[in-house]
Amino acid sequence: MSGDTIAARPARALPGSGEHRRHVLVAVVQNRTGVLNRVASLMRARNFNIESLSVSHTDSDDVSRMTITIHGDEFHVEQAIKQLYRLIDVLKVQDVTDEPSVQHELALVKVRATDRNRGEIVSIVEMYRGRVVDLAPDAAIVEVTGTEAEVDALIALLRGFGIKELVRTGAVVMARGSASIEEATKR
Amino acid sequence: MTVTKGEGARSGTHSHVPDAGTPTAEAIEKARRDMLHQGRIEKRTRIGADVVCEALLRQGVDVIFGYPGGVILPLYDVFGDYPELRHVLVRHEQGAAHAADGYARSTGRVGVCLGTSGPGATNLVTGIATAQLDSIPMVAITGNVPGALIGKDAFQEIDITGITLPMTKHNYLVRSADDIAAVFAEAFHIARSGRPGPVHIDLTKDALQGETRAEHPDQEEVLARLPGFRPTLDGHPRQLKTVAHEIAKAKRPVILAGHGILIAEAWDELRELAEKARIPVAWSLLGIGAMDEDHPLAYGYMGMHGWKHVNRAIQSADLIIALGMRFDDRVTGNVKTYAPHARIVHVDIDPAEIGKNVAVDVPVVGDVRRVLAALLPLVAPVDHEARASYMEQLAEWRRDSEASSWHGSGTWRNGLLSADYVVERIGALNDHDATMVADVGQNQMWTARYAGYRRPHSHLSSGGLGTMGYSMPAAMGAALGRPDKKTWAIVGDGGFQMTIQELATLVQDDIPVKIALLDNHKLGMIRQWQELVYANNYHSSDMVGPDYLKLAEAYGIPAWKATRPEEVDDAILAANAADGPALVWFEIASEQNVFPMMPAGKGLSDLLEEPGLEVDE
Ligand SMILES: Cc1ncc(C[n+]2csc(CCOP(=O)(O)OP(=O)(O)O)c2C)c(N)n1
Ligand SMILES: [Mg+2]
Repeated sequence: MSGDTIAARPARALPGSGEHRRHVLVAVVQNRTGVLNRVASLMRARNFNIESLSVSHTDSDDVSRMTITIHGDEFHVEQAIKQLYRLIDVLKVQDVTDEPSVQHELALVKVRATDRNRGEIVSIVEMYRGRVVDLAPDAAIVEVTGTEAEVDALIALLRGFGIKELVRTGAVVMARGSASIEEATKR
Repeated sequence: MTVTKGEGARSGTHSHVPDAGTPTAEAIEKARRDMLHQGRIEKRTRIGADVVCEALLRQGVDVIFGYPGGVILPLYDVFGDYPELRHVLVRHEQGAAHAADGYARSTGRVGVCLGTSGPGATNLVTGIATAQLDSIPMVAITGNVPGALIGKDAFQEIDITGITLPMTKHNYLVRSADDIAAVFAEAFHIARSGRPGPVHIDLTKDALQGETRAEHPDQEEVLARLPGFRPTLDGHPRQLKTVAHEIAKAKRPVILAGHGILIAEAWDELRELAEKARIPVAWSLLGIGAMDEDHPLAYGYMGMHGWKHVNRAIQSADLIIALGMRFDDRVTGNVKTYAPHARIVHVDIDPAEIGKNVAVDVPVVGDVRRVLAALLPLVAPVDHEARASYMEQLAEWRRDSEASSWHGSGTWRNGLLSADYVVERIGALNDHDATMVADVGQNQMWTARYAGYRRPHSHLSSGGLGTMGYSMPAAMGAALGRPDKKTWAIVGDGGFQMTIQELATLVQDDIPVKIALLDNHKLGMIRQWQELVYANNYHSSDMVGPDYLKLAEAYGIPAWKATRPEEVDDAILAANAADGPALVWFEIASEQNVFPMMPAGKGLSDLLEEPGLEVDE
């Protein structure tokens, strides 16, 4: 344009760095009908990539808690948090990815077991602080809790015996220390 | 209703519930007492349907737009006991939702619409979605089958709360009469507070019929029930200082005024800021009316079909102050090339809008009126001198751009009537004070560009969803919301035929909407794209319509036809002079395009212009 005197600056930056990684969000929500549906619908409609979503009660009857793992850069996560806050039932959302926190999940694995290898299975499971919770003539159910990596590692070892069935809860998370997201009011 | 800055607006909730102690509040209370204690209701027990009516009256609702059906009949059974609640029977539930929307946009109050379960509810959906994308305060009420039948695929049962969930600010399924009072109080509070939006309430038939003694909660109880809904109203003081500093540094600042200015009733503060720091004001489609277009600092409509001079100013600005707008793609075009020299200050009440589409240098979350009121004292006045060369440049750009895209003569090629002229005359002959309700397509852009707006809430347009068929039903709501103003629906032949059935509503309820049908015998905007973007490959954009004079006559609506510029003024004046609704059929040039136009994917500097009228740069 003829009137311009200022040198063009580089193209306007789009929000976000593009460095995608896994983020863990904790959301404290009012325990009203449909709240899980609202959160799930929002994540789908706004194109956020959810890896896992777990819901549970808290110590208070009218409040539930969700742990949401999503994949994205810091812009996606910030948008996800802001969009979650637009839901009337959402009280508090926190990105605990980089906070010191306990992030655990539980897995149940039904693994093939014979008289010959049952002992081997038990000792592997014990190494991972898991336990055998059910035995059948040709199978065993193994229960393990731990970080995603720990659970992954045990599952990889059990695969050698033949996995018949597998279920994982997805991560549940709690920040370390005495601070409580449930006590904190919505920001 | 006159737009005043009442207590509600000051507290940032924009509540138009009459303030306690005002004559309206007293009248409502009295009517309610009369009903409750002096007979009418004592003859029978109080049921859920009564609570709905009480709640509506408590919220100051005076008109609702609806359509009956099986499960909502309990409500219609009690309406007769509440004559203060005017019910307008529409011809299609979509019309009810748009009418509630038009009522809301023209008044700033919450609009209410009503439909039955199943098809009644799904017919409301387009209107609810329209309200959602434009942040319109609305309460949409539907009936549903009795609670025991829910989930059984009962007759006319559909999971309507599942459908409206992603297109409402919040929604409720109410299964008990005891919950109605609390839900309505919450719903109105949510609809009008913070960033407004539609709230949908689905009531089972047994909830409407159940007996109840439930009390209506007061505002404090409502707030206590909504711990997760606390909109931020005041801008952060440190951010405000930064904004003032940015303004002081800027040499080529531009204010972008959005819908937020109208919602927050911040037009005075906007003008004061513009005047104090001598900053030109551009506006988005929904920001039209935020600034009196005759004001020397009112620069114009921006974006895809905005004025070239306005887009030029944005592209060369060193500071953009965006107030209550959301950098929609129709405003920015390709974001990468958008306002390349500008730092951006963005004020919005919804934190999720900030940083969503463009990266922002100074974010401010808050109610734009409160933010501007707090900002104004911090802003250093800027004198004439300091802006002289900038203002000269802006004036020159404006002259260029108006010369390149204004068909002031009234005719397009071959002497055919040009649409911009029609719209310009409707604006002028109504002293730019009528409520102008656009439809979607070329007519919408002509209405935005050429009518001339001097008053807030005088331009209504479906911006976010772009809903054809919006204009006439929305105008119905606007005419009832602002009976002190003339209401003109500006509509294309395509959009008119989408909700044409509401003509009968205008007649039955004697709603004085004046309709300007801009008939180009085309889906004009589609034709324009097929010409300019799809290399003249026309398909399905030709439209046959009825003889609209006969049609109007069949409905009992006076109508006029104008095909030449000389006939335009008389037709407009005749329609204005008619009591009640009237139609003017303008047969306009079929192939006139809206220019400038920013093709999809392009930026604000890549505008297509009217061929042959290009100005040298
Ligand atoms: C409900 C709906 N369907 C389709 C569209 C796509 N559309 C946008 S403009 C347009 C043409 C409108 O034609 P008309 O109402 O005659 O207005 P004109 O552009 O001719 O002024 C269409 C089909 C839309 N916006 N809304
Ligand atoms: Mg048309």
